[in-house]
Amino acid sequence: MNKGTTGNGDGGTAVAEPPREKLTKKAITADHPTWCPGCGDFAVLAAFYKVLEKRNLEHEKIVTLAGIGCSSRFPYFVNGHGAHYIHGRAVPLASGISLARPDLHVFLFGGDGDGFSIGGNHLDHGARKNINMTYFIMDNFVYGLTKKQTSPTSPIGFKSKTDPTGAIDQPVNPMKKLISAGATFIARTHATQVKHMMEMIDRAFDHQGFSVIECLSECVEFFPDVFDPADPKKGGSFEVIQEKKWDNTPEDELRHDVTDELAAYKLAQLPFPGVFGVFYQSDRPTKNALEKKWIQSSREKTGNASDLEILQKTFDRMK
Amino acid sequence: MSERPDTAAQTAAPNGERADLRPENIQDAVIRLAGNSQDGIQTAGAFLARLAGRSDHDVMTYMTIPSTISGGPSIFQVRIGSGEVLSAGDEADFLVAFYQHSYQDHIDFLREGGVLLYDSDNVEPNLDDKRFFYVGVPITGLTIEALGGTARDKGKNIFVLGLIAKIFNLDVDKLKKLITEKFASKDESIVNTALMAFQAGYAYPVGNVLAKHYRFEHIPRPSGRAQITMDGNQALAYGLIAGGVRYGAGYPITPWSSVMETLRRELPKYGGIFVQAEDELASVSIALGCSYSGYLAVTGSAGPGISLKAEAIGWASMAEIPLIVCNIQRGGPSTGLPTNVEQSDLHQAIFGSHGDSPRVVLAPSSVEDCFYIAIEAARIARKYSTPVFILSDTSLATRIEAFDEPDLSKLMVNPKPDLTPRQTFKPYPIDQITQHVPPGTRILDGKYPLLAGLEHDEMGHPTGSPKLHMAMTAKRRNKLRKLAEEIPVPEVYGDQEGDMLLAGWGSTYGPIHDAVAMARENGEKVGALHLRHLHPLPNGLEKIFEKFKRIVTVEMNDQGVYGFGQLATILRARYCEPKITSFTKTDGLTFRVKEILDGVFKGKSFAARHIPREGAAIVHAGTAPENVKSTREVVPQGVG
Repeated sequence: MNKGTTGNGDGGTAVAEPPREKLTKKAITADHPTWCPGCGDFAVLAAFYKVLEKRNLEHEKIVTLAGIGCSSRFPYFVNGHGAHYIHGRAVPLASGISLARPDLHVFLFGGDGDGFSIGGNHLDHGARKNINMTYFIMDNFVYGLTKKQTSPTSPIGFKSKTDPTGAIDQPVNPMKKLISAGATFIARTHATQVKHMMEMIDRAFDHQGFSVIECLSECVEFFPDVFDPADPKKGGSFEVIQEKKWDNTPEDELRHDVTDELAAYKLAQLPFPGVFGVFYQSDRPTKNALEKKWIQSSREKTGNASDLEILQKTFDRMK
Repeated sequence: MSERPDTAAQTAAPNGERADLRPENIQDAVIRLAGNSQDGIQTAGAFLARLAGRSDHDVMTYMTIPSTISGGPSIFQVRIGSGEVLSAGDEADFLVAFYQHSYQDHIDFLREGGVLLYDSDNVEPNLDDKRFFYVGVPITGLTIEALGGTARDKGKNIFVLGLIAKIFNLDVDKLKKLITEKFASKDESIVNTALMAFQAGYAYPVGNVLAKHYRFEHIPRPSGRAQITMDGNQALAYGLIAGGVRYGAGYPITPWSSVMETLRRELPKYGGIFVQAEDELASVSIALGCSYSGYLAVTGSAGPGISLKAEAIGWASMAEIPLIVCNIQRGGPSTGLPTNVEQSDLHQAIFGSHGDSPRVVLAPSSVEDCFYIAIEAARIARKYSTPVFILSDTSLATRIEAFDEPDLSKLMVNPKPDLTPRQTFKPYPIDQITQHVPPGTRILDGKYPLLAGLEHDEMGHPTGSPKLHMAMTAKRRNKLRKLAEEIPVPEVYGDQEGDMLLAGWGSTYGPIHDAVAMARENGEKVGALHLRHLHPLPNGLEKIFEKFKRIVTVEMNDQGVYGFGQLATILRARYCEPKITSFTKTDGLTFRVKEILDGVFKGKSFAARHIPREGAAIVHAGTAPENVKSTREVVPQGVG
């Protein structure tokens, strides 16, 4: 049910462990976030705490990881095992952890620059290989940590320090990129919509495979108000994708089939601010499962021999 | 071969075998096969090497590979000896030329009095050159004939193997067994074809022109252990497995690829995974993820890929993550000489990330040492929680050697992570060497560690404190000083004091030792020092340096702007010793013994051929069984 139930299980040492208390927000809170007051990322952190609390995961199995950026400071604010890695390479770091230790819950956080620009290639290949992890991208359409340069999702015309007369490059469409790359769970949410955000994290976590959530998360300092069109409190409208219920009703005909790649692509074409919810989901086998299968058949071929026996046999053939 | 064979400078007629081929015992022979890479000369050469290993002989090979995709001129040289073979040989005793260009390009590598065996269908040698003995055999035609008259000449390599087997009196049954094993996974007809080609070559009446055949003296090996035969990249891969490495990631590049191919194929048998990543940055990152998760992992490449990994390796220094990075060096910079050898990445290995980012650098001296150094790299990476470079190179990667079978029962390391709950845990204690706990470990006081690329406090949380940055920088550097204390000082080979000390590292071990042996035979007072630990250097080298008037490093890299090779530059900086100089070259080929002698002893000339067989045993420092402990070994405390 959660990321990691397919684990080939790593020998935790069998010592008497003290009883567990329920996982609380207090237990998983670490440093006070260093984000600017009003930053959308605060709400993401709050939603993440709530999901962890609700799922009551084993504390030591939660691993939070990130690359570089404002949102990538995330692991410092979660009290749990974790690492703050280099710019753009958090997906492969998380891949190594996920493949070697399928018993862990691998959560990855980052922004649009980290995920779609410097790390764009890794996003594609993590998706293609369908490596089991939950990847939450806080998209603010701007480089915030370095103080207002154009980002890969900045809209054309956005005035930044690197585009003083307005951005001229076509922005990345994250949903389209993820669909074509082969991610197996693709969702979109908005940092002002905490309940929706929690639902998306919950479902992404339940999914076996490469799950990505793009969350519009406002940078109040360098690109304020840009997401208001999707915030009902600011006069916008937050339009949620209606998913098929498969109830044979005429209404259902109009609802979105999350397994339909082309339909997902069409939703991704809608003009800004677009729609929110699960765009696409597929149960394609994970790399974790495929590698495990190969390990099992390789082990069987050796007659489940010990490491020493296998290497000795190899050397015997080289005599 | 030490004596002139009784031959006639003529082409052998394919009839009338002479019955009186006289066997003559020899101790050492260098056989060079020259052809095109698509002719399978590597395969034939590898059979000879495997056979020598199985027959208790020492063996070393040397090959060149064309960098073109479709193949091209290529050689495979095998040196077989009844005693220790340290270098692949300066000159060939026996040259097999498949084409006119093979003859023209390599005849000067044949020693005077040596034998040219050539394909008379393709080669017209200058028979007036009386330095050599000529044996012409219509190799192409006879191979086609033997294999049923198809127009294809595939199988020439195996035909030649048959010829060589006859001339050198090799063990035919063992060779046939090797051929059968090699092609066993393929179509049965391929095995039969190969055996037919072999038989045809073996039955050829070469005795018409060569009155002698040769027999390698059997000298029982002192260890009494069986030998295994493999190339340096295989030894590296299997050493990693023995050292408990079960995960890794890489990206294809010459000459690293065969390490990753072996690991990709082998690791699943041990329950592990090797990932072929989308690029070099991903591969080092995946490996770091595996290491962080509790399984020491490996990544590797050649120079171009290592450059791309540099930032992540700096993170490993900062976050103090154990990691093994193999650099199978080739000619640089940039794409450089992809299939040639060079030792020009030493400074990159030691310094190649931004900031002060200490890491360990080791270099294997032989194929056998590739195996042991991988185990040692794994041990050091775990014990000091640090990235460790293994600097191999093209020549070691492709060279085949036979060596004593390692005692695996004493070497195998259990890779399982220790997930025992901790009451409390600090990832970066200022006064101790970092030992991370893998995720999945319960921390009972509820304070979990974070691994950080930002400068951090003892819990891993970011700090801008100048005081902490200084303390943490010192912590990361001092653990390497601690390591330096445990590295044994290498033994000096040859004279323990004298006029000159030749210092080397990596694959130049053999030719340097052979050069020292020859110089000493000619009355020079000279020793050799070979460094396996390049960063940190072992303590106590200054005591060795004191005893020599000059120290000359012998390196395959450029002398640089200031006139010293990369190792010499480090040694000069470390010891402030002006008597350290270097002899360097960048022609992309391994050192010949004569080249070293000419370069180091300028103006003197030594006998060119005979090399005494008494090289120093390679000391696998730190990989002795008593030094190889489990992953839970005791970590020294109190290092500040």
